[in-house]
Amino acid sequence: MSQHTDVSAAAPDRVAARGARSLGGRLPGMAVAYLQALPLMLVLAVFLVVPILTIVVVSFWDFDEFQLLPDFVLNNYADVLGSAVTWKTYLETLKLAVLTWALTAAIGFWVAYFLAFHVRGLIWQTGLFLLCTIPFWTSNIIRMISWVPFLGRNGLLNALMLRLHLIDQPLEFLLFSDFAVVLAFVHLYTLFMVVPIFNSMMRIDRSVIEAAIDAGAGPAAVVWNIVLPLAKPGLAIGSIFVLTLVMGDFVTVRLMSGGQSASLGLLMANEMSLLQYPTAAATAIILLITVLLMIAALMRAVDIRKEL
Amino acid sequence: MTTDKRAGKAGKAPRSVNRRSVLKGAAAVAGTAIGSGAITGFPTIWAQNIKNVTLRQVGTGVSNLNAVADKVKEDLGFTLQMTALDSDAVTQRAVTQPGSYDIADCEYWICKKIFPSSVLQPMDTNKIKNFNKIVPLFITGKLTPDSVIAQGTAPHTVGFVEGKTSTKFAKQPTNWMTLIPTIYNADTLGIRPDLVGRPITQWKDLMDPAFKGKASILNISSIGIMDAAMVCESMGAIKYKDKGNMTKAEIDKTMAVLVEAKKAGQFRAFWKTFDESVNLMASGEVVIQSMWSPAVAAVRSKGIACTFQPLKEGYRSWGGGLGLAKHLSGIELDAAYEYINWYLSGWVGAYLNRQGYYSAVLDTAKEHMSPAEWAFWMEGKPAASDILSPEGKVMEKAGAVRDGGSFYERMGHVACWNSVMDENKYMVQKWNEFIAA
Repeated sequence: MSQHTDVSAAAPDRVAARGARSLGGRLPGMAVAYLQALPLMLVLAVFLVVPILTIVVVSFWDFDEFQLLPDFVLNNYADVLGSAVTWKTYLETLKLAVLTWALTAAIGFWVAYFLAFHVRGLIWQTGLFLLCTIPFWTSNIIRMISWVPFLGRNGLLNALMLRLHLIDQPLEFLLFSDFAVVLAFVHLYTLFMVVPIFNSMMRIDRSVIEAAIDAGAGPAAVVWNIVLPLAKPGLAIGSIFVLTLVMGDFVTVRLMSGGQSASLGLLMANEMSLLQYPTAAATAIILLITVLLMIAALMRAVDIRKEL
Repeated sequence: MTTDKRAGKAGKAPRSVNRRSVLKGAAAVAGTAIGSGAITGFPTIWAQNIKNVTLRQVGTGVSNLNAVADKVKEDLGFTLQMTALDSDAVTQRAVTQPGSYDIADCEYWICKKIFPSSVLQPMDTNKIKNFNKIVPLFITGKLTPDSVIAQGTAPHTVGFVEGKTSTKFAKQPTNWMTLIPTIYNADTLGIRPDLVGRPITQWKDLMDPAFKGKASILNISSIGIMDAAMVCESMGAIKYKDKGNMTKAEIDKTMAVLVEAKKAGQFRAFWKTFDESVNLMASGEVVIQSMWSPAVAAVRSKGIACTFQPLKEGYRSWGGGLGLAKHLSGIELDAAYEYINWYLSGWVGAYLNRQGYYSAVLDTAKEHMSPAEWAFWMEGKPAASDILSPEGKVMEKAGAVRDGGSFYERMGHVACWNSVMDENKYMVQKWNEFIAA
């Protein structure tokens, strides 16, 4: 592994060196490398670093009902961290994130496993894989809204179960509940798990599995001792997608809970709609730190670079 | 904030070129007009220059109607670009991006928040042709000379400022109007008469345990709190000094009632937009909820029974109007005045009345409505013939009577206007806690 990294790290230098020669050798190698990285650096600086720094700066500003007052106050953080609503909302959002993560990881793993190991032939694999992406051809709002007539009190599911005499009262928890929110999340984001896990699994050397089977390992042992450890990077990448998407979401929670649950995204949206930008900025920074910590923990557990 | 500035500039840049050339043309044409003595028919004279003007209007969905923009193009020749947002977003846009719109179509309670931040300019009432015909609710606050002024942010209290450059609201009518009233209504609870199973007569019926899991309230804090206050007062839980301007203690008590009801599972959902309220009601998820008149009409037009139930305690009322952005000047300002005069000249009024709202100048709207329509919508009489929506769909069959009756019956029973409180920030914080509870 370490050898592999060395090679890839050395490669840009060689490219840079070649670039330097083609420029007539007047620029030192380092400068050329920086020049080559410059466009991407500029794009990231303008569209990522500057906005985030702006948010950081604004999070220390003061405000009144109509305007922002440049200042350096810690009130916003004190307000956000000191409010019971924030903590409750964090717990609520974390709960949704963990539930969604567990479900998408479980479903994603087995879908990817089926595609990678049970479907024979690249054409079938690609075909079925594309099939998984079909729901993504419509907007995610539409995919979310379509659950409403299905799960509602007089919706398809309740009507069907009533007709089959499985229940005699419509089930109320199906819609406008945490159940509905998690269901929508799982529906929306499972593919974000399937793709990287499938990718990891396709790279697993089949001879390793054959060797295990030859050595007497059963199917469960193969999955547990070989497929799962080797699919970990994919699982980790998928987890990053799902966790960040769920932690930052506000529209799914609002629509599927019928506006009855709060999420961090909703909290920020509410604050912004009341022109409390500094508070919203402080909430955003705290959320950013939380999510980065979560990702850092994941990175410690799994070496994602192996995948790239 | 840099993005705001950029957006503002980007919005203006192409126009400033236009404006300059337009102004030149305007001067030339105005010269000939004066020369030819044909100054009276101004719409035709200005037509050539005004055609190039584009006015950008931001406002709430209720009155940002494409039909109005189309008719403006047809009648006045210039382009009206509409952006429909929710109330909170309108406030935000109006204050933080004043360069991004020319006309703010906002409610009076929003006006109370945004006018003092000097992003709007007041209007000269002498330039408003139908000023004297505007319903007195917006001038003196009294529908009829002996009416009692309702609680909350009554429109006349924020309808005028002291002078052309002032941002201080005047106690008496002056020559400088902040908003030209366009649309208003009296709101109450909407119910599904087929599903509630009993007569609904009071605001407190929203909290009846019989409707557990089948009630809803709107999640726009400044309006939701008013509906909640109407409910609490009706329950006898709280007696408010002014529902439109609660004290912290009153807010706490109101929220306690709401949180308790939420925890007991009284509410099915909270809605934020018009269509959400329609869907909740039409699907039967909710049988009683805060509602807006056209939402009731929309449910009914699907063939589903829905009543905009008048209640003993009275209505919660709201009103909106058009305000001019501070940066408007020259021909664009003229176009804006022309637009406002056109707005009050009857066509839009009739259009809004036919949707179940009320228009600011009744006389001119009447001219654009059939006697049967006028009798049904404004006088509370049984429909002499089928009542059609502005789009031509049948809304009510012949013989139907409007919920709540006549204009004076409804607007005469306003208990409270939508408002913004002194303790607004505290209220919003508590409202957020309620939603998160």
